[in-house]
Amino acid sequence: MLTKRVIPCLDVTQGRVVKGTSFSDLRDVGDPVDMAAFYYKEGADELVFLDIGATPEGRDTMVDVVKRVSEQVFIPLTVGGGLRSTQDMRRMLEAGADKTAINTAAVLNPRLIIDGAKRFGSQCIVVAIDAKRVISAGVPQWEVCTHGGRKPTGIDAVAWAKQAVVLGAGELLLTSWDADGHRTGYDIELTRIISGSVVVPVIASGGAGSPEHLYQVLVDGKADAVLAASIFHYQVYSVRQVKDYLAERGVPVRR
Amino acid sequence: MRDDRIAIIDYGAGNLRSVANAITKLGYQPRVTNNPDDVLGAAAVIFPGVGAAAGTMHSLVQSGMSEVIRQLISEGRPLFAICIGMQVMLQGTEEGGWQECLGVVPGIVRRLGSGVKIPHIGWNQVKQRVAHPTFNAIPDEANFYFVHSYYVDPDDKTVIAGTTEYGVSMCSVMIKGNLVATQFHPEKSGEYGLRMYANFLHMALS
Repeated sequence: MLTKRVIPCLDVTQGRVVKGTSFSDLRDVGDPVDMAAFYYKEGADELVFLDIGATPEGRDTMVDVVKRVSEQVFIPLTVGGGLRSTQDMRRMLEAGADKTAINTAAVLNPRLIIDGAKRFGSQCIVVAIDAKRVISAGVPQWEVCTHGGRKPTGIDAVAWAKQAVVLGAGELLLTSWDADGHRTGYDIELTRIISGSVVVPVIASGGAGSPEHLYQVLVDGKADAVLAASIFHYQVYSVRQVKDYLAERGVPVRR
Repeated sequence: MRDDRIAIIDYGAGNLRSVANAITKLGYQPRVTNNPDDVLGAAAVIFPGVGAAAGTMHSLVQSGMSEVIRQLISEGRPLFAICIGMQVMLQGTEEGGWQECLGVVPGIVRRLGSGVKIPHIGWNQVKQRVAHPTFNAIPDEANFYFVHSYYVDPDDKTVIAGTTEYGVSMCSVMIKGNLVATQFHPEKSGEYGLRMYANFLHMALS
């Protein structure tokens, strides 16, 4: 049986892992290579690195981080943040990344999904969607936001998710912008609707504060994988503890 | 110092760095090469793969590696094929309609069934169907990392060394003589993945 994946996320800027609430109030939490090696030994199923500075210098730093991580960490690595072209993607893949995550660039230029999938295969293309809840005629809907959640686009998140898959996305990384950084739980409804609308796996992100939250979004939200940052970074819970919790409640996980 | 005994085939595609990193981690120094003589001169050959079948076959033919692989198989030389590298060993694949492949193993490559998410991405168990040194010190039903939409269906069921459940019970490890092929990526499968490479290299080099 396919197991549910538990994926620590490392937000990187200027060569350091940082954490903040909705991209403000950033705090330094460690060295990306050391942290990646630690999570690998702890039983993480994959790792995601997001370059949240997304500057040209930051990208060079990220290439170096990916190279060093891939020499000692033998699980899939996804890199995102500021990737705008297939050339940007190629650099990360050649450095040792297995997948690239694209967000704003894919919304502005959906052709990038097609081109990336054609050149590297859909399995390399993770489309990251930042969604914000809006109430329309009393019914919850979600709007796609770009530029690190700052810019609402007016695009419906469910429609965009479906389109991204048609264009060639191999996976979706779905972040609830309302929940992100608050540690009060994932947006279960958003995740369930998107997961049920597409044939590719959905990675739920944003809002993890306890193992119970991960359980809820995997079971009730029908997510295929969960991404979390602060609960792991601050060693509130270890990856191992979270997996034990999930396994005891009947969720298939790799241990 | 380069270790000429181990060649990783570079045919302009695939996740070469990840595979090379894994072999290096085991204490070897593999040669990543697109030179047919280097490949034919090696004691152990690794054939990585990721991506689409049509592009892979095109690159193999263009680079001359298709003939090199056929020769390795006909001479019964140790060869480890990964993911799309495993799939192109068969006669053809349903991917993109129909794509002729190397045909060194009779059978075809089929699309994964309905009722499951496609691609099959993540960690899944491998049921060991035979006792083989490839599985040394790897528990039955250990998890390995998969990412694919098609799977091999060999005619000769005795080559099926491991199976994995995903909508269907599919062949996830294929062993035929000195050919070892996996649908999953050992280089992305943690310690058991590394151990599988170590087992193969131990068999090939001793």
